[in-house]
Amino acid sequence: MTLQVQLVAADRSVWSGEATMVIARTLDGDLGILTGHVPVLGELADGVVLIKTTDGEVVSAAVHGGFISVENDTVSLLAEVAELSNEIDVDRARAALERASSGGEGDESLSAAQSRAETRLRATEAHP
Amino acid sequence: MGAQLRVVRRRIRSVQATKKITKAMELIAASRIIKAQNRLNATRPYAIELSRAVTAAASNSVSIADHPLLAAQKRQERAAIVVVTADRGLAGAYSSNAIREAQALSNLLQEEGYEVVPYVVGRKGEGWFRFRGRAIARSWTGISDQPTYESASEIADAVLERFLQPTEEGGADQIHIVSTNFKNMVSQEVRVRRILPLEVVEEQEEAGQELTALYDFEPSADAVLDALLPRYVRTVIYTALLASAASEHAARRRAMKAATDNADELIKTLTRQANQARQAEITQEISEIVGGSDALSSVTAGSE
Repeated sequence: MTLQVQLVAADRSVWSGEATMVIARTLDGDLGILTGHVPVLGELADGVVLIKTTDGEVVSAAVHGGFISVENDTVSLLAEVAELSNEIDVDRARAALERASSGGEGDESLSAAQSRAETRLRATEAHP
Repeated sequence: MGAQLRVVRRRIRSVQATKKITKAMELIAASRIIKAQNRLNATRPYAIELSRAVTAAASNSVSIADHPLLAAQKRQERAAIVVVTADRGLAGAYSSNAIREAQALSNLLQEEGYEVVPYVVGRKGEGWFRFRGRAIARSWTGISDQPTYESASEIADAVLERFLQPTEEGGADQIHIVSTNFKNMVSQEVRVRRILPLEVVEEQEEAGQELTALYDFEPSADAVLDALLPRYVRTVIYTALLASAASEHAARRRAMKAATDNADELIKTLTRQANQARQAEITQEISEIVGGSDALSSVTAGSE
C-alpha cells in the first residue's frame, strides 16, 4: 500500500506521485501521514512539506498558506504558492531574507516576505 | 502615368501594409490562445481539490447556515458587479459583449431595487464607464492579457471586503462577476455568475465515491472553512480571469482573420480597378495616336 500524493499550487500542479510518507506542518503542529490514516482536512502553516517517495527519495517543498486533505490513502496538498526545493533559487531567497530582515520592525509586508524567504531556505536545507 | 492609376496603386500599397499587420496580429493571438488555455487547464487540479475540500468542510461545519460568506444578508440593498473586459481593442465584440451583459444584469438588479456598484477589469471597460460618466468602485488595468494569481487575489480581497462591510456603511449584499467563458477555439460566451454569497456547488461525484467521509479537522471544521472560503472566491475569480484572457485572444484572432480576409478582398478589387485604369489609359493613348495620324494624313492628302 502506498499513498497517492498530489501537491498543487493555485496556478499549476507541482508534484504528484506515490509515496510512503508525507510530513506537513499544520497550524496545530507537524502531521505525519502514513497509509491507512484517518481522513483529515487541515490548514497548513507556512512551512516545509516532506514527501518520502516509494523509490526512497525525499521531495521537499516550500508551501505558503494552504490545506492538506487525506482520504482513502490519497493525500492532496493545496497551496496558493508552492515550490519544490530544487526550483528554489537559494541565492535569491537568501538575498530576499537579508532585505526583509534588515527592514524596519513591524512592517507587515516585510515580515511576510521574511517568513516566505525563511521557508524557502528551510526547504532547500531539508533536502540532502 | 494617369492620375487615377496612381491613386489606386497607392491604395493597394496601403492596404497591403495593413494586411501584413493584421496577419501578424492574427498569428500572435493564435499562439497566445494556446498558452492561455494551458494556464487555464493548469489551475484545474487546484480548483477541483479546493471545491472538494470546501464541500467536505461545509458538510461537517455546524455554523454553515450563518457563515457570513454563505448566508444571504437580511437587507438586500446593494449589489456589486465585477465586469472583465480587455485592455486593448481590436478584439471584435469581446469587450462590448461583456459590457452589454453587465448592463443587462445591472438593469435587472436595479429593477429589483438594488443599487449597483461596478468593479471593472480592463482598460476598455474602464473607458466605457468613464466616457458615460458613471462611477466605478474600483478598476484594475494591465492584467487582462496574462492574469496572475496575485492580481486575482487582489480583486477577490477587494470584493470580499466590500461584501463583509455592513450594508449601512456601503457594503454590498451580493457580488456578481461577468466574464467570458472559453468553450473552445471558435466559441466563447459571456457568463454571469454570482460569487457571493457563495453557493457551494457540489462537483459531480464519481459514482461510488463517498465524499462525506468523517474528517478530522485541524484545527476545527469552522476554522478550516473560514480559511477555505476566501481562497475559493479567489480561485473562482482567477479561473474567470484566465478564461476571459483565453477568450480575448480567441476573439482577437477571429477579428484579425476577418480583417486579413477583407484586405485580400480589397486588394483584389483594387487590382482590377488599377488594371482597368491602365487599360483605359492605353486605349486612350492609341486612339489619340490613331486620331492624330488620321488628322495628319487627311491634312497632307488635302494639300496635294
